[in-house]
Amino acid sequence: MIEIKDLHKSYKMGSNSLHVLKGINFTVEDGELVAIMGSSGSGKSTLLNILGMLDGADSGEYTLDGVPIKNLSETKAAEYRNKFLGFVFQSFNLINYKSALENVALPLYYQKVPRKERQEKAMQYLDRVGLKPWANHLPSELSGGQKQRVAIARAMAAEPKVLLADEPTGALDSTTSYEVMDLIQKINDDGNTILVVTHEEDIAHMCKRIVHLKDGIIVEDKKIEQVRAGQYV
Amino acid sequence: MWLFDRDLWSEVFNTLGKNVFRTILTMLGVVIAMIILILLLGSSNGMSNMFQNVFAGTASNSLFVWSQSTSEPYKGFERGRRIQFHLEDAEIIKEQIPEIEVLAPRIELGSHQGITTVYRNGQTSGSSVYGDYPVIDEVTKKKLVEGRFLNHTDIEASKKVCVIGEETYELLFDKGENAIGSDVRINGVFFTVVGIYRPNDNVNIDGENAVFIPFTTFQKAFGSGDRLGWMAIAVKEGVKVPVVEQKIKKLLKTKYDIHPDDDRAIGSFDMSEIFNNVTTFTSVLKGVSFFIGFFTLMAGVIAISNILLITVKERTKEIGVRRALGATPKIVRRQIILESIVITVFAGLIGFTIAIGFLAMINGFLGEEGKENVPLLNPMISIPQFLVSFILMVGLSVLIGLIPANRAVRIRPIEALREE
Repeated sequence: MIEIKDLHKSYKMGSNSLHVLKGINFTVEDGELVAIMGSSGSGKSTLLNILGMLDGADSGEYTLDGVPIKNLSETKAAEYRNKFLGFVFQSFNLINYKSALENVALPLYYQKVPRKERQEKAMQYLDRVGLKPWANHLPSELSGGQKQRVAIARAMAAEPKVLLADEPTGALDSTTSYEVMDLIQKINDDGNTILVVTHEEDIAHMCKRIVHLKDGIIVEDKKIEQVRAGQYV
Repeated sequence: MWLFDRDLWSEVFNTLGKNVFRTILTMLGVVIAMIILILLLGSSNGMSNMFQNVFAGTASNSLFVWSQSTSEPYKGFERGRRIQFHLEDAEIIKEQIPEIEVLAPRIELGSHQGITTVYRNGQTSGSSVYGDYPVIDEVTKKKLVEGRFLNHTDIEASKKVCVIGEETYELLFDKGENAIGSDVRINGVFFTVVGIYRPNDNVNIDGENAVFIPFTTFQKAFGSGDRLGWMAIAVKEGVKVPVVEQKIKKLLKTKYDIHPDDDRAIGSFDMSEIFNNVTTFTSVLKGVSFFIGFFTLMAGVIAISNILLITVKERTKEIGVRRALGATPKIVRRQIILESIVITVFAGLIGFTIAIGFLAMINGFLGEEGKENVPLLNPMISIPQFLVSFILMVGLSVLIGLIPANRAVRIRPIEALREE
């Protein structure tokens, strides 16, 4: 699903440049649940940004579902993001003046799905994260865990190839974190490919594979025995 | 078609409705600008209408020529010689100067602007008495209240008929009395009244109180022979009145042995000069109104752009999220520009409605059409003026909306989503 070869990225910081990614090679198969770990400054967020086409690499190859991702125009990038990727952010990033349902329907709007179909589909995904009764509530009326579940429903509504979660539990307490991870695991069980960036060991162990980043290179890449989050909920 | 995309519009109204107070404050600038623009345009239209009303009935391309006394000795004649035009002069001038459309010779009883007593049943009126040809009506239109003006039959048969002014009527007749068909006496000759006219209060070359009789009747009744008092002339379209004026004077100076530099021997009055001055004045006024209105409108629209810039800044994160979810730059740009247009057009229409209300009120105060001597007549803007203002407003809002729109497009999702 994802293939990365010798990926480099550096940022200009005044006169000196900061080499953040120093040759990343890795592959993600269909249906994997991968945790990307590393301390702050390890380059994990940069990697996720490049994977999410929010940022471009300096050199190296990136292929997503057989499509080479290179030199994309803003419009093309937007189109690919919409088609291939679902995003879940640490701070949820829901649009605060739109109801839960409208938030979930937003990526479908950009896919030009007709209004009625969009509403139905959004409701269906909201139901999957267990928030159907909250459909017409504004984000400010939801708890942190509920917000993240809306965000996940929104990311999934567009039926992306890959779900990218950047510290999805970073702003949540541990019980809520496990609820969210439980949801992510269930989505993965349905066969969706998911990448989770985290610096929390317990969260990482709820994935099926852990990739450790340190100073811009992968220091460790191992398959693990998945801890089911459901048992903590 | 995106124009009918319900979601796009609901997006736009959602964001605008999010901060109603600020949206209203932003709109205020355009509302006031539109009021100023429309009021200025309406008032200058009203002023233009007023002037047109003042000049109504007088051909704008008209010229009046009369004789005076010489001020230079010439060819053995002493200065101070009284010049007397003759009927043949009219023929010669008409023949030799093809630019003339209409030439109406006129003769006046007594001296210039002289008063003659007109009698009727013991009532009297001191009036100016003119011998006229019917064509004079083409130079200065007489607004007839009753009856008719002089016609060709009157001239050919030298009929003893007359057309009198309203003031003359009031002096000679009782209120409501029928004047048509009655006789009045001028210098011992009886004339039958065939028409009553109302003089133009503002541009009046006949005087307030005047009596018109056929030229030929005048000649016979008062023994004026072939003498001629003055000439009312209308020039052809596209011809400059001063040019014709000079030609006529040159011709007459040669004929009557007047010194070529003697400017006092022949008097003339060029109506087009006043007319042009007024037309220039109102055009400049309209131009200035539009100019001021345009820049006020621009200031208002810039205020909108400014607020939208702030909104875009505030919505950086939201726009970033939208971009991450698949919004293309085009969609983002379109939405911001649409917001700009919606605010501007809405505000503009409010301002327009208020301004039209104002103008209608002013119109109501100043009175109905047909009333004379009001400072503004029908102060209203025309449909083309409205359309131009409207298109201008929308155009400006699109142009100005591009600034915040491009700012929004420049937001890169990665920067917007960076955790603080």
